[in-house]
Amino acid sequence: MFDWIQRFADWLIYSVFGIAADTHLAAALNFFVYDTIKILFLLFLITFLMGIVNAYFPVERLRNFLQSKRLFGLEYLLASVFGAITPFCSCSSVPLFIGFVRGGIPIGVTFSFLITSPLVNEVALALFLGMFGWKTTLIYAGSGILLGAIGGWVLGKLQVQHYLSDWVKAMWEQPALSEAYVAEESSFIQRLPGITGEAFKIVRSVVLYVVIGIGIGAAMHGYVPEGFFEQYLSGGQWWTVPLAVILAVPMYANAAGIVPVIQVFVAKGVPLGTAIAFMMGTIGLSLPEATLLKKVMTMRLILIFFGVVTTFIIFSGLLFNFIL
Amino acid sequence: MKNIKILGTGCPKCKQTEAIVRQTLQECGVEADVQKVEDIQQIMQYNILSTPAVVVNEVVKFKGRVPTASEVKTLLNL
Repeated sequence: MFDWIQRFADWLIYSVFGIAADTHLAAALNFFVYDTIKILFLLFLITFLMGIVNAYFPVERLRNFLQSKRLFGLEYLLASVFGAITPFCSCSSVPLFIGFVRGGIPIGVTFSFLITSPLVNEVALALFLGMFGWKTTLIYAGSGILLGAIGGWVLGKLQVQHYLSDWVKAMWEQPALSEAYVAEESSFIQRLPGITGEAFKIVRSVVLYVVIGIGIGAAMHGYVPEGFFEQYLSGGQWWTVPLAVILAVPMYANAAGIVPVIQVFVAKGVPLGTAIAFMMGTIGLSLPEATLLKKVMTMRLILIFFGVVTTFIIFSGLLFNFIL
Repeated sequence: MKNIKILGTGCPKCKQTEAIVRQTLQECGVEADVQKVEDIQQIMQYNILSTPAVVVNEVVKFKGRVPTASEVKTLLNL
């Protein structure tokens, strides 16, 4: 599928730049050009597909669906899946949270959406596909969605609505009826330019991070010796997973910047489960997100929320190291 | 004169939306009262799920993404 990108990279480095194919520089540059183009291409493809899905199933429709149907537990999974396919914007998570709560949707279901929305997003998926291949991508997306569903259910069982900010609590106790969702009337063809434009915008906004991330990754490939981490981590020390996650949570990095770097760690001997757990911690939870959520939650609820999600990330990391 | 409110908590997309609305108004030579609403409690009075949103005379006309100049013209009937 990506032969054409490889041919282009070969042509650019060997013919246009005239760098001999057997040098270190040529190898690093080739790797850099190939990976960058491949990932930007995948990113465009994925955001475009998600854009189409979203044009037909916007979150308003999900909310109305969750309000009107009894799903016997499946609503957690459904909210989590939607969190994954909705393009993530950190500043939209607060209005969305309140909108769900006010629509009378159980707090646990709302949390399912909130956990998965940043964790499994279009940028992370494109980067995983490009750097690790489809198997690891499926493991990441699948476990992320499951983690959101179960995490939300647990938070619901913990009756966390008592720890919402007072003004949100008032809304929770007296949910307003939401207005009926009015579908946009424009046809698919009419919407296509908008969807394409949106996909281009998302790609453009992360190009710099992709380039920097792959640049660092390409440089590290040459300098970190093969199997470097294996000597420290090969015993499969269980505590490396919680350590990696606890380091990752306060860190805030765009998936575009972090995934290419972690790919090198994996190539040099870090266990995949530890790496996935680290990336989930970085991408899914962050201090800026906590600051935003402070408007609607008490500090106590934020701590419970982060605590539950962190625990689940650690568990899935341990599980992957065990089975993979 | 139209009253236009841009709802958004201060993310880049919300700022782009405000810029596009102001620019379009200027290009068309239309005067309007444009306000940026950043307070989340005020934003939520409009019952929206995603920002940025554009409110014209207290009616939510657009939400969830940055509108293009031609979309701004349509929703303002310019």
